[in-house]
Parts: sequence; C-alpha cells; structure tokens
Amino acid sequence: MKNQWKAWLYLLPSILFLGVFMVYPLIDVLIYSFEQGYNFSSQTYSGIGWYNYAYVLHDPYFAQALKNTFIIVIITVPISTTLALLISLGLSSIKPLRDLYQTIYFLPYVTNTLAVGLVFMILFKKTPYSDGLINLLIRAFGGASVDFIDGPYPAKMFVMCFYTIWVVMPFKILILTSALASVNPDYYKAARVDGTSSRRIFTKITLPMIAPMIFYLVITGFIGAFKAYSDEVALFGTDLNAAGMNTIVGYIYDMLYGDSGGYPSYASAAALILFAIVFTITCVNLMLSKNSELF
Amino acid sequence: MDEVKADYSRIPRKTKFRNGVKKSLLYLGLTFWAVLVLFPFYWMILTSVKSYSSYNSEYVPRFIATNPTIQNYIDAFTAVSLGRYFFNTLIFTVVTTVLMMAVIIPAAFAFARMEFKGKNILFVMFLSLMMIPGELVVITNYVTITAWGMRNSFPGLILPSVTSVFYIYLLKENFEQIPEELYKAAKVDGTSDFKYLVRVMIPISQPTIVTIVILKVIECWNSYVWPRLITDDASYFLVSNGIQEIRENGFGRENIPAMMAAVVVISLPLIILFLIFRKKIMAGVSRGGTKG
Repeated sequence: MKNQWKAWLYLLPSILFLGVFMVYPLIDVLIYSFEQGYNFSSQTYSGIGWYNYAYVLHDPYFAQALKNTFIIVIITVPISTTLALLISLGLSSIKPLRDLYQTIYFLPYVTNTLAVGLVFMILFKKTPYSDGLINLLIRAFGGASVDFIDGPYPAKMFVMCFYTIWVVMPFKILILTSALASVNPDYYKAARVDGTSSRRIFTKITLPMIAPMIFYLVITGFIGAFKAYSDEVALFGTDLNAAGMNTIVGYIYDMLYGDSGGYPSYASAAALILFAIVFTITCVNLMLSKNSELF
Repeated sequence: MDEVKADYSRIPRKTKFRNGVKKSLLYLGLTFWAVLVLFPFYWMILTSVKSYSSYNSEYVPRFIATNPTIQNYIDAFTAVSLGRYFFNTLIFTVVTTVLMMAVIIPAAFAFARMEFKGKNILFVMFLSLMMIPGELVVITNYVTITAWGMRNSFPGLILPSVTSVFYIYLLKENFEQIPEELYKAAKVDGTSDFKYLVRVMIPISQPTIVTIVILKVIECWNSYVWPRLITDDASYFLVSNGIQEIRENGFGRENIPAMMAAVVVISLPLIILFLIFRKKIMAGVSRGGTKG
C-alpha cells in the first residue's frame, strides 16, 4: 500500500474541481435559499427563514414560468416519444435508404439550438413586409394568419412545443432504433412460423423488449423538458418574461443575472423547487415503470 | 444477419400488393419527417444567399435564389464580430476538452486499476454527484467566479466545466475491460503507472476516448447558459451568445439574410464534423449522450 498517495495524486484534479464547482455549490445553494434579504454587493443578510420560498411561490412571473414549463412537458414528452417510436418502427422495417434517413433525422442533434431557433422564428414570424412562410401556407389552406412569435399565447406555445419536439427527436429516434435493432430476430422468426399477426407481434414481442428504453426516454424526456430554457430564448429572445414565455430555469437565471438579476437567494429557492419537482416526477416514473406489467 | 428465406412465407399475390402500398405509405411518412428536419437548413442557406433588397421585396418568399450573392457572408464577418465569436468558441472548445481529458483520464485510471483506502466510498460519492442537475450549482458558481474576478475571461468560462463524473464513469468501465494481467506484467517489468497509462491504457481505450471528446466538443460548441451568465463583454462571447447578440443588436435588426449567413457559418463546423464521424458520433450518443 505504499502507492496510496499516488492514487490520490491521480484523483486530485477531479476531486478539486468537483469539490469547488459541485459539492460546495450544492451546500451553498441550500444556505442561500434560507438567507432572507440577501444583498449581493455587501454579501449580508437579515435573517434565516422560508421567506425566499414564499416570495418565489407568490411571484406571478414564477407562476407563469411554472405553467409554461408544465405545458411544454405535458405536450412534448408524449408526442415526441410516440412519434419517435413510430419513426423508429418505420426505419427498422425498411432496408434501402435507411442509413440516409437515419443521418438526416440525427442532424438537429449536432446543430446549435440558438442558431436554428432563429430560422424557426423567421419561418413563423409576421413582419411588415411578409407574413412569413408558415402564415402564407395557412392562408393558402384558407386559414387566418397569426403572429406566432409576438401574437396570442396558444400560437406562441404551439411554436414552442413544435420546436422543442424538433430538437429532442434525434436522440429519441437514435435510442429507439438501436433498441429495436437489438431485439433477437429469432423471436420474430418463431412468431412468423406460428402465423402470429403483426399487431400481436408488436404488442407481445417488440413492445416488451424495448419497454426499458421507452421508460428511459420518458424519464430523461421529463427531466429535459422541465429544464427547458435555451429553445425559448432562441425563439422569443432573452426577455422571456416580457414575452410571457419564461420557464422555471429561465426564471432562475433572470433572478441571478441581467436587468432583473442580483437575487441569488430567490434563484436558489426557485432552483430547489425545480429540483423537488423533477425529483418527485422521476420517482413517480420509476415506480410506474417498476410496477408496469410490461416487464 | 441474413434473413432466412423459408418456405413458410409463400406470400399470395394480393398480400404482396397490399405490402407494396404499405411500403410506399411508410416511405411517404419517413420522407415527410425528413423534409421537416431538412427544411430549416434549406431555408437558412437559401435566405443567406438572397440579397437584402430581394429578400425584403418578396412578400411570398421564393424557394430558389434567382441572384445568389455572398455579400451576406462578407457582412457577417465584417459588420458584426462573428469571426471573434468563432475564434472564442474554438479556443473554449479545445481548451475545455483537453483540460477535461487531462482531469478525467487519471481519475478513471485510479478507480479502475489502483488500490487505495476508501476507493469504494469515494466512487459512490462520485456517482451520486451524477444526479445533481447543473441548475442547482450554477448559482454558486456564478457567485464564485464573480468573486474571483474571472467574469469576462477564458478561465471563468472554462473552469467549471472541466470535470464530468459521467465521463469518468464511462472511461473507468472501459479501462476495467483491459485484462489486469497486462497491468501486473507491466508492474513486474518495472513500468511506472504513468507510463503504463499512456502507453497501454489510452491506446487501447482510444474508441471510448474519441467518443467522449466528440460529445464534449458538441456540448462546448453549443453551450449557451454559462457563457451568457459569465460574459457581458462582447469580445468574450461564444457563438451562441453571439447569435443572440446579432439578433438583438446586430445588422440593424432587420437584415435577416445577413443573420442567416451568420447562422450557416455557426452551424457548419459541427455538421461537417458529424458527416465525417457519423458512425462514431451516433454510436457515442446512444452510449453516453443526453439531450431532450
């Protein structure tokens, strides 16, 4: 055991970095969240208590952010997972062009969401000189044009969800296609010999075999959607409160920084509330997947 | 694996026809999604080669550029500091990735091959950190970096993201698959740990290391939140913040073709990287990626 110190030497950089930028902040954020009336410039506070939490929970901006985040989660997670499943099933039942489709579907993963968000904004936005491509399409089909970026709330929410789904699809398709590819083909051959209908093959073989991966995607999808932020900035700009499109994470950062910032205590309280929500939902998801009869 | 062509599937002609219809519908659906994915890319390239005046005169946008121009690309590099943002992002990405590898490789090696007291407890502590969302620690990190006077500097941008517990874990698993006999033999020969790590472990684990590098590069190139918090001086902006700045203040706001040129320039490096390392990136992401 003379080499003990050597092992610690190998671990030293990572322990240092993790300590300073992960462990210490974790304790610190808890402390911040209970320090009332914290002043950023003088680093003083007036007392200890639940006031920061009360403030955040009564803040109308936080209520708006909470509502937006929940809508995004509830709409995008089921739709993107189902759509990804359908597309992956389609992909796995074709041979020609499969590689090409897979490559195309993966493209959004490697693109900068802020940059591509700008393209979506242009497609959906109404400007003085053009209604934008999407609105022209809507009009061509006899609908009324609507400003998706500065217009009514449901329209903005629609673009938001549409863009979120567009962004998260590559990862889901990739995971599900590889899950489908790893199902032992003998099962399918045996089922075909028995003359099993394709619907039955799907529900009795395919679905149970890839169920763990679907649950994995649902859980990570929930976590990711609860942390939605940069996609919103990409579409509606940095002042999300003004656009009425802020999310919980956006609220945290607004409290920390910028014109509305300088309140790390409120930001910490909001961050811990977010963590509590995500933690609860993840536990519920895990319990549901454990109890599910698919296993 | 070859499909076994067995006799049990003598398909009647009618089913064959129905299968044909099914197949075409399937391809139609898949093509539809492919178009939905590709269209924004097409649109940004198309718009970026239209001149400012022709873009604004098209009430109904044309689907091809009649007089393509590269003026927007020139504007993107001269009217706003896109070159600067680009260069910053390059430095940020390279330095962060190199530093991270220098931090995680020794750590993974220590966990995989070295013996020391408290190894298991320490490893469990490392793993439990994986569950901590970044949003929780970013607040204090912001305060720390501000207190250290590192706002608007590369160290401030880079330091908080040079460790990743997940990648240490991934690499440790990989290191452990290398037969321990090799390590013991090297020890008998008097090879030092460091030499063994550099000469044997790293070359054998090269595929995993490349995967980690690629994932980190993608993450760095697209990072937005931390750079936004820590920089307000435009000379330290990364491309994500740059594009936001361009959108809100650059080009007199309404010069959309020039904006699109900037978007194309920003998107291109990762797309090229992807097309070259397609297989590796997709395999890497399905092993260790998260997004969405």
